[in-house]
Parts: sequence; C-alpha cells; structure tokens
Amino acid sequence: MADEELGDIFEECRALAEDHDFPAARRWLEENPGGKVIGHFQVYFPEEIIHAAGALPIKVSGGSSGLQIRSADARIAAFVCSILRSSLEMKMAGHLDFLSMFVTHPICDAARHCGGVWARNFDDISSQILYYPHNPTSAYALQYLTDEYRRMVSAVEEITGTKVTDEALAASIEVFNENRRLLRDLYRIKRETPWLVTTVEAYSLTRAAGLMPREDHNDLMRRALPLIVARDAKPQDRVRVVFEGGFCEQPAFDMLAVIQDACYIVDDDLMIGLRWITEDVVAGDDPLTALAKAYVESSSYSPVQRDERKPKETMFLERVRGANAEAAIVGAAKMCEPGLEEQVGYSRALDDEGIPHLIMEFEEKMTGFEQVRMEVETFAESLLFEFA
Amino acid sequence: MTENQPSMAGATRTQSRQLMDGWWKDLTDADAAGRPVANVFVMGSIAEILRVFDLPMSFPEVAALQTAVRGRSMDFLLAAEDYGYSPDICGYVKVDAGLHITGRNHPQGKLPKPAIVVATNMCNTYIKWAEIWERMYECPVFVLDLPGWRGSGFEYGLDGATFESDRRYVEGQLRELITVCEEVTGLEFDIDKLREIMLEVNRMSGLYQEIIALNENRPAPFNAVTEGINYMGIANAFRGSPEGNLFMETALAELRERVALGQGAIAEEKFRLMLVGTACYSNFRDFNRLFEQWGGSFVASEYMSYAGGGIDRGIQYDVSRPLESLAEQILVTAQPSMSGIFHSHDWLAQQFERFSVDGICFHGVKSCRTTSTGLPDTREWLFKNMDIPGLFIQSDLVDSRLWAEAQLKNRVDAFFESLESRRALAGR
Ligand code: SF4
Ligand code: SF4
Repeated sequence: MADEELGDIFEECRALAEDHDFPAARRWLEENPGGKVIGHFQVYFPEEIIHAAGALPIKVSGGSSGLQIRSADARIAAFVCSILRSSLEMKMAGHLDFLSMFVTHPICDAARHCGGVWARNFDDISSQILYYPHNPTSAYALQYLTDEYRRMVSAVEEITGTKVTDEALAASIEVFNENRRLLRDLYRIKRETPWLVTTVEAYSLTRAAGLMPREDHNDLMRRALPLIVARDAKPQDRVRVVFEGGFCEQPAFDMLAVIQDACYIVDDDLMIGLRWITEDVVAGDDPLTALAKAYVESSSYSPVQRDERKPKETMFLERVRGANAEAAIVGAAKMCEPGLEEQVGYSRALDDEGIPHLIMEFEEKMTGFEQVRMEVETFAESLLFEFA
Repeated sequence: MTENQPSMAGATRTQSRQLMDGWWKDLTDADAAGRPVANVFVMGSIAEILRVFDLPMSFPEVAALQTAVRGRSMDFLLAAEDYGYSPDICGYVKVDAGLHITGRNHPQGKLPKPAIVVATNMCNTYIKWAEIWERMYECPVFVLDLPGWRGSGFEYGLDGATFESDRRYVEGQLRELITVCEEVTGLEFDIDKLREIMLEVNRMSGLYQEIIALNENRPAPFNAVTEGINYMGIANAFRGSPEGNLFMETALAELRERVALGQGAIAEEKFRLMLVGTACYSNFRDFNRLFEQWGGSFVASEYMSYAGGGIDRGIQYDVSRPLESLAEQILVTAQPSMSGIFHSHDWLAQQFERFSVDGICFHGVKSCRTTSTGLPDTREWLFKNMDIPGLFIQSDLVDSRLWAEAQLKNRVDAFFESLESRRALAGR
C-alpha cells in the first residue's frame, strides 16, 4: 500500500517533468483565474520574489527527447547546447503560451543570447535578464545583487499588479526554506541509504519542485520522505558514485536509469538551482537583502558561477567525500562550453586524488543508451574488481 | 608627393609590424626577467589601471589569432585536446592552453606566465579561461564584473537607479583591482599617471572613431576585416599609450590619402558588406577571397566595435575625477559593446544605413558562442523587419578542420547572386 502510494508520487513527478505542456502550471491558472506564471531559466532564481507577488514561478529547463525541434534550430547557431533550443522551441510551439514573463541569466555565452532571441521573437511577454555578481567577493557585490533583486521585484509587481511586501516575502522565504530543507533530507537519504531511493525516483521528485506550486511540492515531499525511509530494501554490492554535470542541461531520465542499474548515485548536481541555497534564509527585517546574502554567502557551486572562495574542484571533491563515494561520473552537456571546460579541471583533480572517474557527454534529447550502458558497466565492474 | 601618387602607402603596416614586434619583445623580456605580466582580454582590458603599474599586458586572444594567421593553431589545438579539452570549446582557449602545456613557445615570442589575470564578463568564457591559469600558476584572478543591459526592449539607457547601482559596483571593483595590483607589483598607485593614460585613451578613442568613419566613403578606403583587425589589435595592446596614438595618426593619414586618391580597399568595390561575428583566421585569405572575387568589400565589421571594449563609442574621460569617470565611461561605452552583441539588431540596422551597406555576412564560429549563438535570429529579424539582406555561414576562428570551402563558396555565391538580382530589381 505504502509502496503503491510512493510509486504513484514518483510517477506523477516524472510525468510532470516529461510533459512539455506544464500541466500543473495550467491547473494552477485554472484555479487562479487572472494569475500570472513567470518562467525562469537555469540555474538559480530567487523564486520567493515571484511567489510573494502571488504568481507562480516555474523552471524552464529544456525538453526531453519527445520534443520535436521544428522552429528553434533556425534561430540559434548549430554548435549550441540543446537546452537553449528546446526551451525556445517550447515557447515557439505554444507549450509555454501561458507565461507572462521569462527571465534569463547571463550564465554562459550561449544563454546570454536568450534575452535577445526571446525579446525579438515574442512580444506577448516580457523577456528579462537578471544579473548575478561574477565577482561575489567584492565588497560591493551584495549591494549590487540586492539592487538587481529590487529591480526584479518592480518587474514582477508590474506584471502581477501586486505589491511585494516584506511580510509576503518573509512568508514566501519560509515556504522555500521548507522546500530546500526537504530536498536536503532527500539527498541525505540518497547519501546514507542509496538503496532506499533510486536516482530516477529522487530526481523526479526534485525536478517536480520547479514545475508546480511549491506548497504542493512540500506536501508531496512530506508524504514521500517517510515512505522512502520505511521502504524495506536491502543494500546491494554496487559502486557508490557522484554524478556531476547536471547543473543546467539535464540528462535524459533513461540515461540516469542506465547508470543506476550499475551504480548507486549517492550525490549529484542535477537541478542544483533548486538546492542552490544551502541553509535556511533568515528573512529578518530586510528579506530581500537576506535572499541576496544567501546567494553570496550560503550557496552551492557550478561551472557557471565564479567564487574564488569556492574553487570548484575543492567543492566537487568535498561532494565526493561527503557522500562517501568511491568514484565519480563527470558529465557535461554536449556543446556546453563551461561544462566541458570544467570537466578537465574536475578530471585532473580526481586524478590527483586517485579517485576513479568516467568522463561522459550527454544531451537531453538522447534516445539510445547502449553505449552509455556499456561504458558505465565496464567502469563499475572494473571498480568492483578493484575494491574486492 | 606627386599628384595621385600615395606617399603614405604601407606606412601603417610597417608601423603596426614594428609595434607588434616590440610588444612580443616586451613580453619575452618580462618572462625572462621574471617581471610580473598581466593576462587580459580584448573586451575590457582595463589597460588604464594596469598601465599605471607598468604591467605588460598579454592578450591571449591576440596571441591565439596570430598562431592561426601563421598556420600554426592546429599544433596547439591538438595539444590541448590531447590534454583533455573537448573539440567543442572555444578554440582560442585551446590554442592558449596548448601553448601553456607545450612550454609557452609562441611563433612570435615567449608567452609569459601571468602574475595576475584581469577578466571581465564581457565574454563568460574569459572567466573559465582565467580559471585555467589560476590552476596552472596559482595567480590572482580578478573578475571585473560589468552589468549589462536590462529590460526587454534593449534601447540603450539605464534608468537612474540602475545606472547608479551599476556605477557604484564598477567603481568599487576598480578600487579593489588597484589594491590587488599594488600587492602584485609592490608599487603604489599613482593617480596622476592614471590621468595621463586616460587622456591618451580619450585621444585614441577619437582617432579610432575617425578611422571607422572614413569607411563611409565610396569606395571604402580600408577592409574592415583584414585591416580592421590590425587597428583593433593596436588599439588593445597599446591602449592608453602615446605609441598607440602615433599609430592611429599614421593610419588615419594613410586612409585620408586613400580617400583623396579615390583608392578603395579592393580594386573595384561592387558590393559594400558588413561582417557580423568574426572572420576565420586559420583560413583568413580564403575567407576574404570568397567575398573579394565578387567585388565585395567589407566596409564595416561588428568586431571593430565590441573587441575594443567600447573604444569605438567615443570615450571621454573626465580626468578631474578619474576613478568615478572610468567607472561611468565603462558603463557608457563597454556596457553597450557587451550587451550589443546579444541585442544587436538596432545597432546593425543603424550601421547598415550609415555605411551604405548592401548586405551583411553573419559568420557564426563554433569557437565563439558569445558572438555566434543568436546570429541566425538576428539575420532573420533584420530581413523580416527592415528588409536587410543577410548571409549566414559557419566555420571557426582558428580550427581549420571546420573550414568547408566548397560549401561556403556555394552559400556566398548564392548570396551575391541574390544581391545582384536585388540591385537589378531596384534599378528597374
Ligand atoms: S547547458 Fe551549458 S551552454 Fe547550455 S545554457 Fe546551460 S550552461 Fe550554457
Ligand atoms: S568565446 Fe568568443 S569572445 Fe569568448 S574567448 Fe572565445 S572567441 Fe573570445
């Protein structure tokens, strides 16, 4: 009975992630006539701002292999990652026709073009750009980011017609704090008892957070976590690996399934933006500054955010060690400049530490996984043999 | 000078060669003597501050380009790929990484180790690139973070509050950069020296604008791609120096003479073109030949704008308040250069009119998502909304494996044929 309920939750979440029509957002709009949905691109966005205006934030993070790219290819150069094309295609093909505003971030050279391409092509919505500091250790960065957030508040207020008060923002921060806490719990379970929840299950659950009202996701998580812990599963003799490379474009579910057949993925950076803030945000008297401060002071890492206090190899090795992993899979999305560059740094750092790893490239629209299966199985077997 | 005989012919080229040789000699000598060198990038070098500290500036993009023009880039690309870098990342990064991995022996001199890196976010890859040196040499990396345009209309002009916030952020960072430079060089910051350098930049910016403006003439006196790259290179490497301005004066004089003599960049200018994106430097001659054989003259190039980090936009520093003014001018000139790459349609439409352009060549290069990602969309928008004809082709900056001549020639030929038909129709 409990297993059935859990299975339903996972299925619902995965279906949501694979449905290019954003059914939960459409449902929300039916229930909230006149409500506004605001989309934001990877990696991180302070969704509390949108939430506090009574609007629904959703994550626009590409499509799966089922999405036919018909029009977007003619708008974007050939050697650009898939997530940018599929996100654009979803809007061009009407899957995102309910958006009132779309926000991108200059996370990489390719994504910086989103603002222009979307603005040129869609005059029915506001296409905004939110800047994060690339120099977060500057004494002036926090003020700059707070000002950026304030500008975003004005843009959201204009779209929604609702004033974002400090009280509303503080209440929204609580909702998202809870969500991040629940996601941290899920990842703790993954690290400590990976046999209780597969990667595909945990990932489905995580990804759904960006696709439905966050209160609903909190309910779902509150139901799912005890059921996961109560599962009657036994540990198996599998290699414990960390998967890195899913900070922006996402690997296909089926690719994760192939990896989990051979390994326990005990930690990863999939949809890291949903877990970007690593501690509860204390709203205090100035919740907007508190949000900006959390970005600068208590956040994760990725190839597209520079912070000299957090060298990425150091952070990555901490993730590997913190999860008690024996090995790592260092992935990168095809044509992703920052991801591919970071791969070299990660690989060298792992070499220096004598940590075995597998380098791989993926694409969200991949459909054949035999090659991946072969590589992962060979890798896992060689490790089992080595550790035996 | 006898009538119709050019007296300046070749003067610019000679001077540019001397300057570049001198630049390489400085870098080589600095490396040999163990003197600190700054690695910087063409878009936003902040030469103004680095020159105060007498830091020789090494421009890895220029160095990478030079290997390609000399037919050597593949050696370094392959070395970097052997090391683990993907075939799908920026070729400039790989040429440079290859150079560092193989002992820093550039065909023109010794590529020094950086003592400090200053990277702006005008290209995000600069930051990833800087992190490669950070790992190799454990040198300080200073990212000067420049805010870009906001809003969805992309008309330039920030509202007062945003401008003030940006100005505060940039000025604050400049002050922090000064502290890092003091630490690296052991020298104290000299604000009067900064003033002198800023005055040189004001002058250079004016001269550079005059050079660009000369191509409004028909025929256009210089090729904005092949010669433009030279002007740009010197504007970067010698920004803020009297030698740089002497060069610009020479170039201007030579070009004025060409205009007076009615001498164009190519023998017979039939079509006036603009290049958006960069050229292919590994096949530079071939690239230009594709256009020149149709009488196509590149009278304008977007590269001459953004690669100078704002120098083409008329920098006017107020030296009575140097740091404040430096921050403001960065926002007024470098910011539109950066954001203009991503939202270029309005600016391109203006340039099209200004230089009486017949058609735009959009050249997407695999190496550079910064300049290439949105080109097909921009081309489409300009054609649909402004009836501006555009050609979209793709190859690379430095990787000759991506040069598919027959395919490119077909596209280019078809484009010129369409320009001819347009002209015929218009003449009817
Ligand atoms: S996948 Fe990589 S290249 Fe593509 S948008 Fe994301 S960070 Fe940029
Ligand atoms: S991506 Fe483009 S702008 Fe950036 S370093 Fe490479 S060639 Fe230069």
